[in-house]
Amino acid sequence: MLHQMHEFGITENIINIALAKANEAQASKVIQINLVIGEMAGFVPDCIQFYFDSLSKDTITQGAILHFELVPTQLRCRHCSTLFQPQDTLWSCPKCRSQSIELSKGRELYIESMEVE
Amino acid sequence: MKKIEVIQNILEANETIARRNQQLLDKHKVFALNIMSAPGAGKTSLILQTLTRLKGRLNVAVIEGDVASTVDAEKVQSEAKAVVQINTRNMPESCSLMAAMIELALKDMPLDNIDLLLIENVGNLICPSEFTLGEHKRVVISSLPEGDDKPIKYPLIFSDADAVIINKMDLLPYVDFDIATFRHSVEGLNPKAEIFELSCKTDEGTERWHSWILAQVENNVTKQ
Repeated sequence: MLHQMHEFGITENIINIALAKANEAQASKVIQINLVIGEMAGFVPDCIQFYFDSLSKDTITQGAILHFELVPTQLRCRHCSTLFQPQDTLWSCPKCRSQSIELSKGRELYIESMEVE
Repeated sequence: MKKIEVIQNILEANETIARRNQQLLDKHKVFALNIMSAPGAGKTSLILQTLTRLKGRLNVAVIEGDVASTVDAEKVQSEAKAVVQINTRNMPESCSLMAAMIELALKDMPLDNIDLLLIENVGNLICPSEFTLGEHKRVVISSLPEGDDKPIKYPLIFSDADAVIINKMDLLPYVDFDIATFRHSVEGLNPKAEIFELSCKTDEGTERWHSWILAQVENNVTKQ
């Protein structure tokens, strides 16, 4: 068996959710799936697209456009609550220089909406 | 053409199974650790060391996740109450354990006779951070030869860890690993993580780790 990356299962989930929602809406074709993916989430859009092309075959999602909205990493300083975007790999607060930092945005992975007909 | 609002977490399918796994473990009073690290950091060594030292005090079971082979399962076989090897090569995904794989493995385990379940994830610092398995606590191992910059390079896995182990402390005289830098990076990302400095080879520093496990297991039993 081929070695699959974890985007394989993720893509299966995307298709399952899309099929269920299309069914609820009594749609006959999925035109576009709008996905939101955080920059820090370990999911590669090209890899999802690659699996989607084969897994969507013979379903009403076949040929649908996958639209990826990438959410940039946003960090929050635990000391002074400043919100900032990382400038390099060392996470430190631009205001107070603290390195006690939490991730406030950038781990998202969800389907935001779909276009169907 | 019409637009439908969805707003659905794509990881939900995994998380639902993970919750089910934890409920099953709780029912049988089994405390589970998800042990993650890069390849070669010492996951199997830590498990072997823990099995040997806690023998007679806890009944321990092990789930071994590897892309291929059963070498790790063979190593721990004689010391563990039960061992299940998962080869992710035969699964839809190779790069991480997932909750559904653990659900299958739990079916083969005598859960009533187990106090502690050690789950050895696939050696990888990226993919396993996205998938919960049903574990009670997450453990990340970093070893000295890997360098002290791993928390900066792979922040997610360290942000979610309950315990971070610095392994191979016996190599400290031979490698450029700054313990203070490493600790500072982990504490910045995750002030709640317990940090352990130890060597599975020499046993140095392992007592505190065993005490932590024993306290966690006890806490897990009394909470129910």
